Amino acid sequence: MTELWEALVTAVKLIISLDPEVMQIAGRSLAISATSSVIAALLCLPLGSVIHFNRFPGKRTLINIIQTLFSLPTVAVGLFVFVIFSNAGPLGGFGILFSPTVMVIGQVILISPIMLGLIISALSATDKAITDTAVSLGASGFQMAAVTLREARFGVLAGLIMGFGRAISEVGLSLMVGGNIRGYTRTITTAISLETSKGDLELALALGIILIFIALVINIGLNRIQQR
Amino acid sequence: MKKKIIFVILAGLLLLSLVVSAAGCGQPRLKVATTTSLYDSGLWDYLAPFFEEEYGVKLDIIYAGTGIALEYGMRGDVDIIAVHSKSREEQFVAEGYGVERVPFAYNYFLIVGPADDPAGIKDMNPEDAFRAIYQAAGNRFISRGDDSGTHGKEKAIWASAGYDYEAVKTAGQWYVEAARGMGPTLLMASEMDGYTLTDIGTFLSYKSELELVPLVEEGAILLNVYSAIAVNPEINPSTDIEMANNLIAFLTSSQIQELIGNYGVEQYGEPLFTPCAGAEPES
Repeated sequence: MTELWEALVTAVKLIISLDPEVMQIAGRSLAISATSSVIAALLCLPLGSVIHFNRFPGKRTLINIIQTLFSLPTVAVGLFVFVIFSNAGPLGGFGILFSPTVMVIGQVILISPIMLGLIISALSATDKAITDTAVSLGASGFQMAAVTLREARFGVLAGLIMGFGRAISEVGLSLMVGGNIRGYTRTITTAISLETSKGDLELALALGIILIFIALVINIGLNRIQQR
Repeated sequence: MKKKIIFVILAGLLLLSLVVSAAGCGQPRLKVATTTSLYDSGLWDYLAPFFEEEYGVKLDIIYAGTGIALEYGMRGDVDIIAVHSKSREEQFVAEGYGVERVPFAYNYFLIVGPADDPAGIKDMNPEDAFRAIYQAAGNRFISRGDDSGTHGKEKAIWASAGYDYEAVKTAGQWYVEAARGMGPTLLMASEMDGYTLTDIGTFLSYKSELELVPLVEEGAILLNVYSAIAVNPEINPSTDIEMANNLIAFLTSSQIQELIGNYGVEQYGEPLFTPCAGAEPES
């Protein structure tokens, strides 16, 4: 118990004193995961609408596949991205392995299925009458999607939050393609992994608490928007 | 109002990501894959600022076991590797992946275990100690099990003691593969009251967290040499060979060799490494 208590004290101290290294790591974690979430959202909102509003053969199967990909293991995505962007791999020419850029790419791959799947189910849960009304009033496809997305905003936002949550909490991918380079690709989760392996359990736990704190602030912010 | 808030948030995120990517660009970076035992000792964090200041380049230190560090080198994902497994390093150079193997520091491996030493290996030679652990078969031995340099050394000792490693691996529940870095392996050995083979550097830097004591410290086979090898620019066209050579020159310079030789004295009361400026140490 004393360890947990000391971790809490350490976390509070690190936050209050604005410890520069911890703040930098936290800022980087937030920036990388937020960037991937925004990119994934920009991809998944239109794509989800397209899938939801169109009938095509294999739609059910496609949705099943998307939902299966919710369970993508982070290390498997990491390994895949590593092999692709390694100098010996097909996209090695970009030279972005072990950089924040490749971490964002990996996280987009990791969280897109979750966002996409939850956006589709949020859209499916809306009252069909709304789309019908919009169409009968002469709405274009785009307007129809916008109206329905607006109607489904609680579910959609929940999907986006889930995606962000997975991005900021994953460690396998960041470790493998980012390399946990101090001052460059070290995020909260990879720092936790390093500090744990060093046996500094208090600092590791404290970093975990800071991660939860960031997630809390983000969620409060998003909920504010949602309730308007 | 709502749109405004969303806009502000998006703009903020964009700014944040720009800051992050800007922090990465603009400055040349040199990628170094290093063995965990060097990294965990804190030596790189200590030396990097000196190099970065002198050459105006950022050192990206990626820690990994010797096996994966060599793999990064073969794939051309790093510019230079710093590892400790002589035979595999020589192979790496012979196969054309590396330019030249330059030893820059050494220390010794030691066998550590619980203070009551149930297998009674204290002050034996390394081979006899391994035999005693094998024959007792009741005391855990925690192996790195990760194809690292330390793991390679462990295999060499088993071979020298007359055992087939494959047989040792499956000899019983007493043989545990941690498949992790040196630090976590030590912590695991400590938790399980087991024996393990460790480099002195990592052991000293974790000592305060451990309930393990050094038991076997003498034996020619325990010599542990760290070398730096620049990755062949023919393998990795983006290798900054000039800067990689600068790093090797830096590591073997008399000023840095002195820093390496004194590293850890203040904190642990004894140095973690003995500098050897480009020459193979005599055991």
